[in-house]
Amino acid sequence: MSRSADAIAEAFEAAGHGAYVESFDRDERMIINMGPVHPATHGVLRLVLELDAETVVSCRPVIGYLHTGMEKECEDQNWRSAITIVTRMDYLAPFFNEHGYSIAVEELLGIEVPKRGQYIRVLISELNRISSHLVWFGTQGLDMGAISAMFYGFREREVILDFYEMVTGLRMNNNYVIPGGVWEDLPDGWRPVVENILGLLPGRIQEYEDLLSENPVFLERTKGIGTITADECGTLSTTGPIARAAGIDWDLRRDMPYGAYPDFEFDVPTATEGDVYARYTVRMEEMRQSVRILGQVVDGMPDGDYKNMDPKLTPPSRSELNRSMEAVIHHFKLVTQGYTVPAGEAYAAVESPRGELGVYAVSDGGTAPYRVHVRDPSFVNLQALPVMVRDGLVADLIASIASVDPVLGGVDR
Amino acid sequence: MALPEILNGMKVVITNVFKRKETISYPEVRRQPYPRFKGRHILDRHPDGLEKCIGCELCAGACPADAIYVVGAENTPENRFSPGERYAQIYQINYLRCIFCGLCVEACPTEALLMTTEFELSGDSRDELIYTKEQLIVDAPIIRHWPAKTEYSPDRSEKVKIKDGGMVRDARYPENFLPDTRTGKGSE
Ligand code: SF4
Ligand code: SF4
Repeated sequence: MSRSADAIAEAFEAAGHGAYVESFDRDERMIINMGPVHPATHGVLRLVLELDAETVVSCRPVIGYLHTGMEKECEDQNWRSAITIVTRMDYLAPFFNEHGYSIAVEELLGIEVPKRGQYIRVLISELNRISSHLVWFGTQGLDMGAISAMFYGFREREVILDFYEMVTGLRMNNNYVIPGGVWEDLPDGWRPVVENILGLLPGRIQEYEDLLSENPVFLERTKGIGTITADECGTLSTTGPIARAAGIDWDLRRDMPYGAYPDFEFDVPTATEGDVYARYTVRMEEMRQSVRILGQVVDGMPDGDYKNMDPKLTPPSRSELNRSMEAVIHHFKLVTQGYTVPAGEAYAAVESPRGELGVYAVSDGGTAPYRVHVRDPSFVNLQALPVMVRDGLVADLIASIASVDPVLGGVDR
Repeated sequence: MALPEILNGMKVVITNVFKRKETISYPEVRRQPYPRFKGRHILDRHPDGLEKCIGCELCAGACPADAIYVVGAENTPENRFSPGERYAQIYQINYLRCIFCGLCVEACPTEALLMTTEFELSGDSRDELIYTKEQLIVDAPIIRHWPAKTEYSPDRSEKVKIKDGGMVRDARYPENFLPDTRTGKGSE
């Protein structure tokens, strides 16, 4: 069976796919659909590739296969329960979604978060940065053919997920960071668990480095591959490890500090090459820096409230509920309606493992968000992929996708 | 050519082969979740046997996934289910919808609705996954699909043999379960 290239091209255009194709040289070029169900695209990402033999002439990411309307869904919830929706967006970094959203709502409400609440947020966020980078490490290794990297990355991630389970009750989509603080204080016995994780990680990260950093196969497939310059990063609004690996020294934790971050000392790793290997080194060093921050959090964990105890936001305690009728009425009101948030709009950004995660929240003065928009770093960073892979080989495209580390739940929201 | 680097990597793999196995053979061997784990719900009773649930529907109102369906009814002297005026005549949780966020537990004013650490919630049909009051009430045992032989403690440090076949699980929760949402105290 042989259909001519012309016939295929015509069928492609007739089916309405012509718009994805930049230039269509019917004699030399081939259009390949990679995804949306392909193990190397890290989710339901579809890439329309225009190939000249093995060379990628153009790459068009097509997204939307995981669109579930989460931003719109938030408008049906009250300000508190919308947390259960935003946490599902970037599902490898749930605490960052919650954190960004909570800061935006706190700005609208004009409330403070107690010191202990802020420290708990940093504790859980930095652990989340490590667990998210471990998934990246595993998949980057797996895509390069190093399957042990996957095993080791997920083994350490498991230890961190166990800690989430201990603190939040869930392993993913935690619903833990809420406007005003965190849902619940750290349980008894959290300290040895975190110390155990912190004792474990530096050695394990060294193992990963032994495994890959100097491996000639890995170097061959990552050095000089998928390059992007600082200028291009700026033009495409790329943030996070990709921009830092291209030489943009920008980290929101240091440059636009939020929460308790000014209290901690840490370095922001950068590189200048802007290739897959530079992103690898930056992420590896970021994990080490997170361990360093975590050490300071554990040592300096203050006592006090873990969330803002303003009765307007926080339901009455169980013991009060049993005693006073007013408390029951107040509880009833808070549960059925939620609290009102003054009309206005706020934008808050946090440094997620993938870059700047911004939440823009608008209130019309009611008990439900009027609009919640999330600037998800995976979504924005995906724009950089065509630049990285242009004129490279198909096999190098795989390395580049893994190094962008997109989470499609966040891309499509 | 680059032999030392390759050997260095091989060393990592080979030393890891001889380390303790990290995986567990679920379902014969299980790991018990931490006490805060948000799993299947139960409806508690007062010590005298009356139901704590007063059919107020607050849990249904708080649920972001609309998973709970409650119909309240009046208690009568002959037919008394709960101490107050009302009780839940119909109480259903749809586990196809539930996202285990725990907001319903926070909303319940009488501490009737609690969450266990049970997470094995599978069924053959959609109907089977809509749990009724008879299944949720605390003295209904939780029957497992598969027997457990050994169980690890949450941090995997201890291993316990399960004797009675491991098919039935007591739904009753340890005393100290319900965290007070407004103590304002640090845990240490
Ligand atoms: S845990 Fe959450 S989703 Fe499930 S029934 Fe309760 S409120 Fe609804
Ligand atoms: S479980 Fe609690 S919140 Fe739900 S109807 Fe019963 S008493 Fe009300």
